[in-house]
Amino acid sequence: MNFDYTEEQTALQDTLRRFYARDYGFEHRRAMSKSADGFDRAAWATFAEFGILALPFPEDFGGLDGNAVDSMLVMEMLGRGLALEPYLPSVVLCGGLIRDAGSAAQKDALLPAIAGGELMLAFAHFESGGRYALDHVTTRATPAGGGWKLDGAKTVVIAAPSADKFIVSAREVLGLSLFLVDAKAPGLSLRGYPTQDGARAADLRLDGVQVGADALIGPAGGALPLIERAVDYANAALCAEAVGIMAALNEVTLEYLKTRKQFGTPIGKFQALQHRMADMVIATEQARSMATLAAVRADSDDAAERSRCIAAAKAYVLQSARLVGQQAVQLHGGMGVTDELNVGHYFKRLTMIGLSFGDVDYHLGRFSDTLLAA
Amino acid sequence: MDLDYSAEESQFRAEVRAFLRDQLPNEIARKVHGGKRLAKDDFVRWQKILHAKGWGASSWPVAHGGTGWTAVQQHIFDEECADAGAPMQLPFGLKMVAPVIMAFGNPAQQAHFLPRIVDGTDWWCQGYSEPGSGSDLASLKTRAVREGDHYVVSGQKTWNTLGQYADWIFCLVRTSTEGRQQEGISFLLIDMKTPGITVRPIIMMDGEHEINEVWFEDVKVPVENRVGEENKGWTYAKFLLGHERTGIAGVGRSKRELKKLKAIARRESSAGRPLIEDPRFRDRIAQVEMELMALEITNLRVISAEGEKKRAPGPEASILKIKGSEIQQMLTELQMQALGHYALPYLHEALDPDWPGDPAMPAYEDDAGPLSGHYFNVRKTTIYGGSNEIQKNIISQMILGL
Repeated sequence: MNFDYTEEQTALQDTLRRFYARDYGFEHRRAMSKSADGFDRAAWATFAEFGILALPFPEDFGGLDGNAVDSMLVMEMLGRGLALEPYLPSVVLCGGLIRDAGSAAQKDALLPAIAGGELMLAFAHFESGGRYALDHVTTRATPAGGGWKLDGAKTVVIAAPSADKFIVSAREVLGLSLFLVDAKAPGLSLRGYPTQDGARAADLRLDGVQVGADALIGPAGGALPLIERAVDYANAALCAEAVGIMAALNEVTLEYLKTRKQFGTPIGKFQALQHRMADMVIATEQARSMATLAAVRADSDDAAERSRCIAAAKAYVLQSARLVGQQAVQLHGGMGVTDELNVGHYFKRLTMIGLSFGDVDYHLGRFSDTLLAA
Repeated sequence: MDLDYSAEESQFRAEVRAFLRDQLPNEIARKVHGGKRLAKDDFVRWQKILHAKGWGASSWPVAHGGTGWTAVQQHIFDEECADAGAPMQLPFGLKMVAPVIMAFGNPAQQAHFLPRIVDGTDWWCQGYSEPGSGSDLASLKTRAVREGDHYVVSGQKTWNTLGQYADWIFCLVRTSTEGRQQEGISFLLIDMKTPGITVRPIIMMDGEHEINEVWFEDVKVPVENRVGEENKGWTYAKFLLGHERTGIAGVGRSKRELKKLKAIARRESSAGRPLIEDPRFRDRIAQVEMELMALEITNLRVISAEGEKKRAPGPEASILKIKGSEIQQMLTELQMQALGHYALPYLHEALDPDWPGDPAMPAYEDDAGPLSGHYFNVRKTTIYGGSNEIQKNIISQMILGL
């Protein structure tokens, strides 16, 4: 048992901290959010130089053999920096799926390209009417032309407008399956839009999209455990991102309490506000503990224990995030509700994390149901 | 970053478990699991058994007769003891006065008092709060006037836990009224048999005699029983509070109580099904379990950082006190709620393990009778040891600099 980062992990953390302090300030982020891509391609290239795009992949495929704790550390820093870049969908989720389930040829073709920053992916899985259920897929994969023909629609696919390829879930004869689909494939159409947190997403339509036999990722009909694992991993990563945001919000809020004066004194001298701030710090420390648990268990081969811990962590972190986000806005007074300050932007991202890959009720329910088995 | 126990740590857990199986008296464990009243002798007997094994003081360094265990070993030990139904080792000697004597006492005090704490000879209690000095502890008025080689102590202490059994009391007393009120306080060790000391019970709302008032009328205390310097007692008191809070997370005990809550929720029924199948109630259990999972890791983070001497027990211990006490309260509340109608009967005699009467509720192997009383009793946890509001002051002022 040990709670320390290795020297390499600490160095990576410092590198990312310096990058956000120097090259990715709040005004830069605002400009990038309004750009056509909705994120900073130069930052993506810098991520490739830092090696974080290669982090979770095996060395044989141009990766750095990092574990979930490494990914957590990166996600926490991305949270602090309020990153717009699609690290989670491209590297953590889709990269993770290919790493865990891809054929040698798929890994060879895709992982080095992701690691190098040349290839971006998005996970086209959720559909309307299914909320957060991972097995709710009505998109069909019908055998055709030696491969499959895909028909269906996907909802709010994060980072879809910038994706070069999609991993699409669809029902094949044998059951739920995953397919690699090129963004330019005939029959694939996107309706893109910005999201509340300044990023980009799209609804996808697949009308007879033809893919080859080599497009199948993992066994036909065997996708559900792969998706469950990848989404658990994504949720662990989101816990870490949320903790990074909460830590940043606590810092700016504390600074505001020390500098903003009313009634002739810094408002941080008022006990009602001191205790609120203490509550925010306690919630963040407890959330950090749960995010740590989620990261460590994300690599576990025991699927039941992995899911149990990550469900508990996500529910708990989201509850903490709600408290910290709402109170950071509240303690900033009128400034807290403006677009001008970074506080509102952190708050919006935290809130969207709370609606991605399962909300509090969904994860509390998942965790609660494990009590029946025990 | 690694949350798994090493092979050595798992081996250690097995050793602790085997020891508990062989050495923890069954009749004591039954009382703990059943929420019955523990007698003084139960606590002392268990301390002597631990001492015979060399495990009397899990948090002390070897040089003073402790185990020298790592933070993780202490955590494993606490968890296994709680799970097995061992009585809590009361903190007043082991975790409160002893660290002060180790850090600030002279060699003679260390040689005399520490062995008697670890072997169960002396029962210690605390003389801190006064009727007019609760959260504002430094305003305390109990006077100690120097007369030759004695202090003469006069005043009143309150909220004194289990002092009716105590051999010794450690007291904060006023030795000066000059300067800031914090600067006139000294730390005295007082023999409870000294003439002039009177202990009067205070009955808590569960009907139990757990706390007392302690009156001092011209009590003569040898100067050699002062710890450290005169008028420096406030420094030692703050040091002590840091130690108290790290123990106060109570993760092991809360894990045991969570298990009990789940067991009750499986046995009680609601609309013909086990109560645990009611999602509204189950989600409440899940919520407190999540809090406890987080606290367990936060606790390990804090104590392992302390163990590696990266920092002294500090204000972050306040987080453990706040969350630990809230969780204990949530658990007792849900245990009570789970009983439904059976939470109403008040049979005070049922706390006596030898009471032969009818408990007026379903017979469980671990009696549910005392559960409402526990809920009422445990309201104390957010008040004692520095109320949770004082802990938030400490966090905002000492950690955050507000």
